[in-house]
Amino acid sequence: MIRHTVGRLVSTVFVAVVLALFALPMLWLAAAPFDASPTITTSVPEFTLANFAAILDNPYALGSIGNSLIQGGGAAVLVVVLAALAAYALSRVSVPGRDVLLYLLLLLSSVVTGTAAMVPIFELATRLNLIDTHLGVILVVSGGLLPAAIFILKDFMDETPTSYEESARVFGASPLQILRHITVPLVRPGLATIGVWALASVWGGFLFQFILLRDPEKSPGSVILYTLYTEGGAPKLDLISTFSLLYSLPVVAMYLFVSQRYGFRFHGGIKR
Amino acid sequence: MRPVLIGAALLLALAACGTGQPSSPGSVTLTIAANSISGGKNSESADWIRTWVIPEFERSHQNVKVLFQPSGVEDEQYKTKLSLDLKSKTGADVIDVDGIWVGEFAQAGYIKPLAEVGGPTVDGWEGWSQIPQAVQGLGIFDGKKYGLPQGTDGRVLFYNRTLFKKAGLPEPWQPASWQEIIDAGTKLKAAGVPVPIQINAGTAMGEATTMQGALPLLTGAGSEIYTTGKWTGASQAMKDVLGFYQQIYSKGLGDPKLQQEAKGRDKSFAQFAEGKIAILAESDYFWRSVIEPKAGVAPMAERDAVVGYAKIPAKQPGGGIRGQDFVSMSGGAVRVLNPFSKNPKLAWELLAFMHSAAATKSQLAGQVRISARDDVNAEVLTADPMLKYIAEEVLPITAYRPPLGVYPQVSVALQEATAAVVSGASPEEAAVAYQTKLERLVGGAANIAG
Amino acid sequence: MITDAAGLGRARATAFVLPALVLIAVFLVFPALWTIYLGLTDYRLTGLQAANPQVVGLDNYTSALGDPRFLSSLWLTVAYVGGSAVIGQAGLGFALAWVLRTRRGTVRRLVEGVVLLSWILPSTVVGFLWFALLDRDGGTLNALLGTPGFAWLLDHPLLSIIVFNTWRGTAFSMMLYSAALENVPPSHLETARLAGANVFQQLRDVVFPLIRRHVLTNLLLISLWTFNDFTPFVLTGGGPEGRSEILPIYVYNIALRGGELGLGAAVSFLILLINLVFALAYLRLLRGRRRQEATAAAGGPPA
Repeated sequence: MIRHTVGRLVSTVFVAVVLALFALPMLWLAAAPFDASPTITTSVPEFTLANFAAILDNPYALGSIGNSLIQGGGAAVLVVVLAALAAYALSRVSVPGRDVLLYLLLLLSSVVTGTAAMVPIFELATRLNLIDTHLGVILVVSGGLLPAAIFILKDFMDETPTSYEESARVFGASPLQILRHITVPLVRPGLATIGVWALASVWGGFLFQFILLRDPEKSPGSVILYTLYTEGGAPKLDLISTFSLLYSLPVVAMYLFVSQRYGFRFHGGIKR
Repeated sequence: MRPVLIGAALLLALAACGTGQPSSPGSVTLTIAANSISGGKNSESADWIRTWVIPEFERSHQNVKVLFQPSGVEDEQYKTKLSLDLKSKTGADVIDVDGIWVGEFAQAGYIKPLAEVGGPTVDGWEGWSQIPQAVQGLGIFDGKKYGLPQGTDGRVLFYNRTLFKKAGLPEPWQPASWQEIIDAGTKLKAAGVPVPIQINAGTAMGEATTMQGALPLLTGAGSEIYTTGKWTGASQAMKDVLGFYQQIYSKGLGDPKLQQEAKGRDKSFAQFAEGKIAILAESDYFWRSVIEPKAGVAPMAERDAVVGYAKIPAKQPGGGIRGQDFVSMSGGAVRVLNPFSKNPKLAWELLAFMHSAAATKSQLAGQVRISARDDVNAEVLTADPMLKYIAEEVLPITAYRPPLGVYPQVSVALQEATAAVVSGASPEEAAVAYQTKLERLVGGAANIAG
Repeated sequence: MITDAAGLGRARATAFVLPALVLIAVFLVFPALWTIYLGLTDYRLTGLQAANPQVVGLDNYTSALGDPRFLSSLWLTVAYVGGSAVIGQAGLGFALAWVLRTRRGTVRRLVEGVVLLSWILPSTVVGFLWFALLDRDGGTLNALLGTPGFAWLLDHPLLSIIVFNTWRGTAFSMMLYSAALENVPPSHLETARLAGANVFQQLRDVVFPLIRRHVLTNLLLISLWTFNDFTPFVLTGGGPEGRSEILPIYVYNIALRGGELGLGAAVSFLILLINLVFALAYLRLLRGRRRQEATAAAGGPPA
């Protein structure tokens, strides 16, 4: 009993420390946007909303968050749908060497998401007429995210019991119906998690978005954030902090929405 | 499968909006690309293009539609994007580039001499006579003109008069040798100034280390980084430069940590504005954009009264390049023509228009700086004594970087050498390491002097 | 699961996999192979070699392997992955999952919320947040600890980015292990506890065998991601003097800043190979245990 109490105490202290450590860095984001003269120091702000007025004056700021939503949302939907289909099939039908193949793709994705791949990616996009299009960004980033998404989702699918599917099949359901009505509901929190993960990954990405797009009216928030510097490369902290806050909100909102609606966990809730 | 349908619809919609090209028959479209963006980096220049250049040019060219492609990011990233565009033979018709990229772009075949692209009218342009030869050099590679310079800058020592008074130093101050800088620093330190001298060093400051530190010092020691086909290696001049760094950073006259920080340069600006740094080597950009009382990044309300400026002295009087007493370094942006432009003649007209006296004056209305044109400078710079000082006192003694493809890497090697000295290596060690690296970069000791 | 419960059949399974495979082939495999090819040339972004790149064989590889900066970057990266991914993210993520498993309600939601928030915030924003935390002059941490002027990012750059990346990525491990722990029947733990096993013994003898596959998945993914993580660049820029220049930053510096795309591509391929070595090591470690276990326990289906 004593051991139990001590254990509980230790775990409570641990949780409190973790909570503090994880929340600490976020203070700046809560304070600086409201500060009349923000510095890199977190401090109680000399309260103002002028920074928000200033960022709204920027002709591209708000639109860029919309562009981030199109590109991030497009990529998230594409990745979740394609990865779910592929992961399901790979999980249910045995293909020799599929694990090795999946891992090789995962390794190649590390090459493609690096700086060195920018020339091939750019030339590919040029030849496919995808320069300066949202679609180009969506396809390029999705290509980098898909292997990991399939890898993770296949794990979830492996864990869901197949007995329901077998019974559904007995009643004459088609494979697509089975996937939609039985498997997807089971792994829905996992799909939601992958969706938010994809969205968040695209949301912060800069290099490919920057080289693939030309018109700033199509640039996502990550690119516009980098323009809020001076000629000599000094950050305009008033604009940057305020824009950072605005630009983080949609991802956070998306996460809250998804976790309310679908749950935000890996794999489904069925215990075996 | 609802998500599938949504996804498919989304993709179709996106594909549709990707193909919309605004072009009506009979009209011509020209595009300007610049590393500036409204509301962000260099916004004055972007606003000028949008609200002055485009409407004015379109008014005199009825069938021409001019578009602006802003960027506003780190220079290397902008350069990467331009390179990718030009490599695949696309991109804007009139392109803003840093003068230092002209050589590597020309070598790569990304740009061609202006006369080759724009035709015979190029050489007869009225503006050439207004641009000093040295400034024209910003757009020249291998003796050919590739670009029109937009303007230039100069480097000086900025100092805080209040701190100088406190330390009992004379002012106006004009050191005649490196030793006098050190002496002033020693007195400032004794008077309790936390950081007497800030001469940029290290790799974190990037090109700012090379342009504000290593190169002006090297010219002050009588040597250019690249001259008559050879690069300067671990010569005596180079060792003198590194020795000067050692004097500052090993005796507590400068803050070594500041040179290592990722945001060290921004901090040096802030500390100067707060009166913690007494002497700072910077370009006139510091005056007009950093400590500018209203819109600066680190504004100083009393800038005009508190901040003084002095020319950078040679190591000793007469010891600089060309036997000069004082030295400086300059750079500047140029505009080039895209050799793959579909309307090269018209693109030249646009380029020349952007560099006309009227256009240049209009550009400077937003922010006073030194333009490429003498006629405009004579009129505009009277508004700011500091910029007038740069134009009259500094530009005649200044020097420029070699516009060669390998220069950026040589620059990094220089930065690394200063970094080594600041963190405790001896000038000799740092010079030897620099020489080794230089040999690898420029293809052997045969291309190195000293 | 190879029973084909849904009656998919080869043809339909292929149809399901095809869209993803096509996208991957065009936008991943093709550019990746192209990049690997570039690694065999002296291709540069600008200058003479941009116009006429030459195939130089393995020159890029020999010059990378002979470059002390590459080697130090490699060791930094290994330490970074070991410290922030394996120990930091996986360790802390598991600890959180373990501690939170018995809790419900506000505390759990709060902790999970904060940990997840640090995972989904955009990387550029996160850079500024940590800068504000660790800064030498005005950093929040120095203010809290009463150590003004302590230069965390300069004196302990590697430690700083390890802690940073632990903060950044723990959410993934936490979620994965939370899900995995749901597969551990509480009755098994109870039995072990009654038999006098302490927490460590419970973890080793009951929990670990059941979640081994999740551990493998987790380590594979987070190592790969951490190996390719460019985010610390915002924080330290690779400095001071390259003391936090992990491989993705090294590649950025040579490929984008220095324009040496051929060399950058070669180093990218080396990163791939190192990832492969890590993956094989994990597989060996975890598979090997499983075989021992299977012979010892002879029965008990693996999770």
